[in-house]
Amino acid sequence: MNGRAKRSPWFITAFLLIIFLVGWHVATLRPAFNPQGKTEEELLLLEFNGDIVATDDGNYMWNPEKIKGVPGPLSVLDKVVTELGEAFEKKGTNDHGIAYLVYYTVSRFAVGFLAASVVAIVLGIFLGLNRMLFQAVNPFIQILKPISPLAWMPLLLYTVKDPTMTSVLVVFMASIWPTLATTAFGVNSLKKEYLHVASILQLSWFKRLYKVILPGAAPTIVNGLRISFGSALVAVVPAEMLLGELGVGYLSWIEWNNLDISGVIFAILVVGTVGMILDSGFNKLAGLVTYQE
Amino acid sequence: MAYLIIDHVSKFFPGHEGDGTVCIFKDVTLKIDQGEFVTVIGHSGCGKSTWLNISAGLETPSEGGIILNGREASGPGLDRMVVFQNFALMPWLSVFENIAIAVRSAYPDWTKDQVAAHVKKYIELVGLQGAERKRPVALSGGMKQRVGLARAFSIEPKVLLLDEPFAQIDALTRGTIQEELIQMWNATRNTVFMVTHDVDEAILLSDRIMLMTNGPSSRIAEIVDVNIPRPRSRETVIEDRNYYKVRNHIIHFLVRHAKHGETGGEGELGQTIKYEPLQVTF
Repeated sequence: MNGRAKRSPWFITAFLLIIFLVGWHVATLRPAFNPQGKTEEELLLLEFNGDIVATDDGNYMWNPEKIKGVPGPLSVLDKVVTELGEAFEKKGTNDHGIAYLVYYTVSRFAVGFLAASVVAIVLGIFLGLNRMLFQAVNPFIQILKPISPLAWMPLLLYTVKDPTMTSVLVVFMASIWPTLATTAFGVNSLKKEYLHVASILQLSWFKRLYKVILPGAAPTIVNGLRISFGSALVAVVPAEMLLGELGVGYLSWIEWNNLDISGVIFAILVVGTVGMILDSGFNKLAGLVTYQE
Repeated sequence: MAYLIIDHVSKFFPGHEGDGTVCIFKDVTLKIDQGEFVTVIGHSGCGKSTWLNISAGLETPSEGGIILNGREASGPGLDRMVVFQNFALMPWLSVFENIAIAVRSAYPDWTKDQVAAHVKKYIELVGLQGAERKRPVALSGGMKQRVGLARAFSIEPKVLLLDEPFAQIDALTRGTIQEELIQMWNATRNTVFMVTHDVDEAILLSDRIMLMTNGPSSRIAEIVDVNIPRPRSRETVIEDRNYYKVRNHIIHFLVRHAKHGETGGEGELGQTIKYEPLQVTF
């Protein structure tokens, strides 16, 4: 019974995927070119524009080189295969293989996110431990928190004068607030008994911090990190687009500039996959520090 | 001189309406001898837990202070260990680590092996062998409080403060743990100050039972001596001829008289009326 319960969602997942792919394929299918009702002149114009090409048997067909509308799953698959085949190639200044692009994005993301997390956790602990300080600083947090991280970008770019640094800082701004707020909350709402035990046992300030406060607030802090993680992942794509920094977000934009819609879809899929892999890695880490009550 | 003196302690909280203060209790004095087991019984809200927290140094009294062994004890310390109603075990630590963190604090210069042996001894004393590596979440309420007791006894405190220690444990398990507590206490004869709702528990464990009037402005109305010979067990205490006299007296007090003490504090002409607790012996 257990095995069955475990197996069935996979069937549903696969089923939904197939439905989606078939639906996508059918929706993007174009009927074969039908020359009926078109004058010789019209056909010549279409051929001249490159919309249709003459086939060997004297008929016409749609020009496969000139794609109109949303590409179907097969052409996207074609693109995926090509791109993955060239994953480790650098063809030009702006034409790096997908593996490089993922690497750029992930490292940009990691630096910004980790720096923000460290700053946010340290600040959050101080704010959580000191109610008055928290109340004093809270108005600033409340104003800064809802600002889209991208809104900082012109100012950051102007100040640091370096797009790479700016994109890291955008990720930083995106991921600092949720962690800061939840860390302060988690530390502040830590059960009083734990602190009572710590003070009866005369634990030193440092021991109290890493034996009681940090592990006690860890589940809440991890929740904040998870929210930060998501918002940083969301911010990194437009940051790359706007700054022209090589990465998977940039890929989506440059494929749009190339009018390669299959490429855009491929970029979207890569962003999703990278996000999923990072997220599952994060969940594994989170599982190590959380506890059940 | 008494070992632990709760000396003229008062506690006021700011009132809910903003102005003025609410008096939880006023000018309470209690002297406990070394090795004595003293219990406080009272209705919810009479401030007995506040009283215990003040003794532990976890709350500060508005007036008065705590004297332990001739010295003022301010702030929490290893000499007054609390067993908490909701266990207060760290859920991220194993049973062993929960006790070991206390042992390491109490004996900072012990080696790892000494700490481990000491922890093991107390884990065995409460019958939790085999559960050392478990997290508190995997334990029943009774087992959690066994860990709480082992942690408290393991640091060999001068005074044990028990804050309704068995209130969250089912009745059958409660009886078993009470007897385990008696055995542990017989071995160590710590000074114990306990707060409880449970009359039978109080009689089984205590040398003296303080009966408190209802809050606010609660006070000790009576002090009941429990002259049932030790060692006691749940089976033998109820055979004692005084058991039901003591029990009925306490229950009558709680039902009939506890709320009569509300007028305590200031007399009509503003002079303080001094209430001396009534000594009751059977």
